[in-house]
Amino acid sequence: MTVSGDLVLEAKKISKLFPGVKALDGVDLTLRSGRLTALLGENGAGKSTLMKILAGVQPPDEGELLVDRKPVQFTGPRHAHDHGIAMIHQELSLVPDLSVAENIFLGREPLRFETLIDYSELNRQASQWLKRLELDVSPTTPVRRLRVGQQQLVEIARALAGNVRILIMDEPTSAITDRETEVLFRCIADLKKQGVAIVYITHRLEELEQIADDIVVMRDGCLIGTAEFGELSHDEMVRMMVGREVKVLSKESSTNKHPVLSAGNISLKHPTRPGDFLVNEVDLHVCKGEVLGIFGLMGAGRTELLECLFGLHPKTSSGNVSIHDECVRLKCPADAIAHGLALVPEDRKHDGLVLSMSVAENASLASLKQAERFGFIDRAKEREHTRRFVERFRVKTPSLREKIVNLSGGNQQKVILAKWLATGPAVLMLDEPTRGIDIHAKNEIYTLIDELTTDGLAVIMVSSELPEVMAVSDRILVMCEGRATQEFDRAEATEEAILQAALPKRTSIPC
Amino acid sequence: MLENKREHLAKFQSLIALAVMLIAMSLLSDSFFTPENGLNILRQISVNLSLSIGMTLIILTGGIDLSVGAILALSGAVAAGLLKNGIVIEPLGVKLQFTVIGSIVSGLLVGSAAGLFNGIAVTRFKLPPFVATLGMFSIARGLTMLWTGGFPVTGLGSSFGYIGTGVLLGIPVPVWITGGLVGVFVALTRKTRFGRHVYAVGGNERASLLTGLPVDRIKIAVYTLGGLLAGMAGLIVTARLDSAQPNAGLGYELDSIAAVVIGGTSLSGGRGSVMGTVLGCLIIGVLNNGLFLLNVSPFWQQVVKGFVILAAVAVDRMSQRDR
Repeated sequence: MTVSGDLVLEAKKISKLFPGVKALDGVDLTLRSGRLTALLGENGAGKSTLMKILAGVQPPDEGELLVDRKPVQFTGPRHAHDHGIAMIHQELSLVPDLSVAENIFLGREPLRFETLIDYSELNRQASQWLKRLELDVSPTTPVRRLRVGQQQLVEIARALAGNVRILIMDEPTSAITDRETEVLFRCIADLKKQGVAIVYITHRLEELEQIADDIVVMRDGCLIGTAEFGELSHDEMVRMMVGREVKVLSKESSTNKHPVLSAGNISLKHPTRPGDFLVNEVDLHVCKGEVLGIFGLMGAGRTELLECLFGLHPKTSSGNVSIHDECVRLKCPADAIAHGLALVPEDRKHDGLVLSMSVAENASLASLKQAERFGFIDRAKEREHTRRFVERFRVKTPSLREKIVNLSGGNQQKVILAKWLATGPAVLMLDEPTRGIDIHAKNEIYTLIDELTTDGLAVIMVSSELPEVMAVSDRILVMCEGRATQEFDRAEATEEAILQAALPKRTSIPC
Repeated sequence: MLENKREHLAKFQSLIALAVMLIAMSLLSDSFFTPENGLNILRQISVNLSLSIGMTLIILTGGIDLSVGAILALSGAVAAGLLKNGIVIEPLGVKLQFTVIGSIVSGLLVGSAAGLFNGIAVTRFKLPPFVATLGMFSIARGLTMLWTGGFPVTGLGSSFGYIGTGVLLGIPVPVWITGGLVGVFVALTRKTRFGRHVYAVGGNERASLLTGLPVDRIKIAVYTLGGLLAGMAGLIVTARLDSAQPNAGLGYELDSIAAVVIGGTSLSGGRGSVMGTVLGCLIIGVLNNGLFLLNVSPFWQQVVKGFVILAAVAVDRMSQRDR
């Protein structure tokens, strides 16, 4: 039995490299029994990566983990679990067709005669956990029938039922109601009394008051500071989360021009929660030669907003869009493209590229008609047509026939840009255009955006990197939980003000 | 260029396999490597090749079609029935008699309509292709039985029979037909926007949609073409036998999937070619023909074919993993 305050886990100098990015750079972390450590930081600060290493999901590249002062090397999540470490993932990891009880005890079901599952015991134990979490569902209900918030609680029950000593929670309150949050916090208090050490990732700083003992702030894969809760003010925490220096591109601020695209009252219904919205009455406009930056944390509805504008949710979205003063109704991406819109999606490999095709084939895919002669593709014309853009964007590739998979992330992104520029768009929408590419390529992309706007293109750029938004945008629209919370001009924007506008204020979520 | 090194390699592998088989069979049997037997093999594979070209397009988009054998039977039966007996439209009290051309066109239309139905089921009703075409398999088999009453339709005349048994300039007519189809579909897949879109949809459907390609229309088109080609195959089979058998084409869908796979087309879509499928059909044809000449039991032929399919896919997978 551990006493409150005992050192249960130490992480020393943990580093983790992803292709082109140092996700963690020599991070130290100590966890003590009976205390909750709140882990704060912007998107991409390395919080989730660090937690995955603690939970055995990924091995560290460098550094050491000690549990009870003994070094360990986890071979997988199960191994970490044997040491009493459990993680509640941001993405739900339940089996939808199994019952609540089966999910809670998945992999450690109570057995009869060592072989058969003892269902009465399974359901009895499960209902105790459900009662404790005040979750009013039968243990035999299939998980698929539960709301997302209820599923989150089942996930929590599963972690708790495993007799944990170290519990990792990655934004557990992002999908649950106020009442469920209260129950969760009571559970957390119970667990702390029992000596469980908890790591808690959140963007809701208001929650900390009720549960936090220690604060750890991360930024860009580094540890920025640790303190006991109460030593830091709200503003100090925010300042520690931001505060990265980025060279600002010299750029003349755009004069007040007529908007190319304006959208009003854009809303998108939540696919499963009726009455809830992923995008909630957002207005925006963008002018010729202007970059509109859209900033928000994970789940703010930024990507969904772009998808609405691009005609991807014709049935569940609403609002007015006009392009060049003409009111348009966009029912599919082909409509949007015909009206001069272009979307560079967030997930290059999944949504942007056809990986089995060459550089030229990817670059010409949206504008193949222009390379046709008598109904057949003229390959020379196609190459000529795509070479212009590929050269202009300085794509590094051995040839146009090279497979797109063999290019670096930055060059792949430029090929996607080339694809869209070939369609002659009026508005270019970029969703996290520099995600997962190295610093050098990032700067090249910024320069390209600058060149394109000089040529008169209107650009909407979604990003969760504050310094990037501040460096590239003429205006910045901040979103939080589906709503546009504030808009800044380039001159008046500060990192603190933007982040304040992006952080959720605790409001009640309808049940 | 759609062919990358890997696809070259896949085609190369099929070519080597074919060459090895040709040499081995020539050494083992005197009657194998003759012009007559060569034409014989080409004629024998023409039905499977017609089916497999359509199957290649469908598999390139990431789909599958289990109904081609059943559509083959239905189209053949409809064409034969219309030619022989015409059709009585009861409420009007009219009997329509069909010419050879009229019955051929009707057979092709019936095949295309069945394919169109598959395409609509896959896109508008979002059924998995496996399920949609399994349904069509049963529907087309049932309709064939209803149309024929379970009996073969025979005695179709020599001008209809020309499609299956005729010889033009020393080459069997079915070989001319499928040769022409190969030419058209190689050009379609390699030289047209539609062909490029087929590869794009199979390579990454979501990216294709986000690039503004008419994904649903492309899918409907490939299933309809698959039905049309199955209809063509049905006409060849019926004409060759001078008889529409209600059970024609049983299991042909599996042979055609085998030919596509042996030809190096990936079942997950986006990668492969019509020429590869031609090689795949040739390999199966040479294998069947050669083993027959060597007096190997047809039961063993099936076993050998099974191992060839497994080997082809295993080699393909390994060359993919090398990257």
